[in-house]
Amino acid sequence: MTQVLFSEDHEYIKIENGVGPDGSAVKLGIVGITDFAQKALGDVVYVELPKVGATVAKGGQAGVVESVKSASEIYSPVSGEITEVNQALADDPALVNSDPHGAAWFYKIKIANDSELSVLKDEAGYKAFTESL
Amino acid sequence: MENAALKPAELLHKTPLHALHVSLGGKMVPFAGYDMPVQYGDMGVLKEHLHTRSHAGLFDVSHMGQAVLTAKDGDPARILEKLVPGDIAGLSAGQMRYTVLLNDKGGIVDDLMVTRWDERTLLLVVNAACKDKDFAYIRAKIGAETHLEYLGDRALLALQGPKAERALSALIPDAARLFFMTSFKTVYKGQPLYISRSGYTGEDGYEISLPAAFAESFTRELLANDDVKLIGLGARDSLRLEAGLCLYGHDLDEDTTPVEANLKWTIAKRRREEANFAGAEVILKQLADGTARLRVALKPEGKAPVREGAEIHAGGKKIGMVTSGGFGPTADAPVAMGYVDAAYAKNGTAVDAMVRGTPRPCTVAAAPFVKHNYKKD
Repeated sequence: MTQVLFSEDHEYIKIENGVGPDGSAVKLGIVGITDFAQKALGDVVYVELPKVGATVAKGGQAGVVESVKSASEIYSPVSGEITEVNQALADDPALVNSDPHGAAWFYKIKIANDSELSVLKDEAGYKAFTESL
Repeated sequence: MENAALKPAELLHKTPLHALHVSLGGKMVPFAGYDMPVQYGDMGVLKEHLHTRSHAGLFDVSHMGQAVLTAKDGDPARILEKLVPGDIAGLSAGQMRYTVLLNDKGGIVDDLMVTRWDERTLLLVVNAACKDKDFAYIRAKIGAETHLEYLGDRALLALQGPKAERALSALIPDAARLFFMTSFKTVYKGQPLYISRSGYTGEDGYEISLPAAFAESFTRELLANDDVKLIGLGARDSLRLEAGLCLYGHDLDEDTTPVEANLKWTIAKRRREEANFAGAEVILKQLADGTARLRVALKPEGKAPVREGAEIHAGGKKIGMVTSGGFGPTADAPVAMGYVDAAYAKNGTAVDAMVRGTPRPCTVAAAPFVKHNYKKD
């Protein structure tokens, strides 16, 4: 079963176990913004994706999502190297509103440090967090 | 979207329609000291914008300042002309005009609508965020000769879009006979209404001033028409931006003259000759010699919105600043306006807007971004 974790900046990360080039176990994360975030933003008209191969730090800027009325930065929930970005999302930014947890993923990242996952919230924890806002 | 430095919600003013907004799913945000709907739950900014351009949008603009100006003796128009460059004395009964309130440096204190009711009475409608300042300024400058009565117990609605005429004239048939920038007073269900064919979206439509206590029931009557939907401040901003219209405090301020703001058309020929309005010396010199900077419309290439505060560069140096910008739902493209050095103000000039450190190519363009749809004849 895929593990999904959430940041307080309203990004989700789906964790997948994979194998690195040298045969070692690596963890990949698929990052997007939550349904709660897309509802708050409103109709998304533009997204900016990170570059494949770039390294981002936890909490660092890894993209931009813009609605008619405002621009918001995507903060990476974990540190690591960007391995893939979702070009289909750049072509059709409205996917963020219609399928935030599915087709509207932003990027895949090779997770550099497992321990960063421990400070993210699980689904119940994130739900409680959004209800407290 | 939500901005900082806010009053707690309980200290914000509420318009007479506040409870209705909340009950209809309005997402309330602080704006100009009022708790106002930025959008409504079932539509959102994009759909609200498009609905206004295709059907009719109803906006609560009761936060704006409505006031009646009279003279202690005779017509107040010539007296008000000391503070504005427009031809107010030449307005006939029912006519209205967009103009700017000027300081002694020729800077814009506010932009406003002035309507002549009759030979002794003018109605002023000013921006919400400026109304206290404006009324204090008008009283300080011309208070000895005039009386300014703030209409604090009236609401103001804007009904905008191609279906506005049909929707309003179904209740008030005479509304269909108005042309753009004219108005009349009427009584509906015993309530005194001031109706003008005007607005700030680029569409045909009306503004309706009405008693606060009557606002909700009249709003519900309009909303009973399926073509009419309540529209929030978010779409109000994208509509006016696409229409190439200025937003005070962003595109206009007290250090900007109407010449710099590319609002030369607001400076009437007679007023140029008379040269008797606040800041006339500065403004007439600018009309003759030009200005160092000018407001222009900007069309960004590609899909990335260019927003307020972005620097405008050309040839590797900063030549201006974006003052309003975003995504235009009808233009289906980013739209912006800002100020550039006059050498770069010509239509077709290529410039860059700096967005998050990246230059985004833009073309200086003719506003509006969408065709105005006014009922002129």
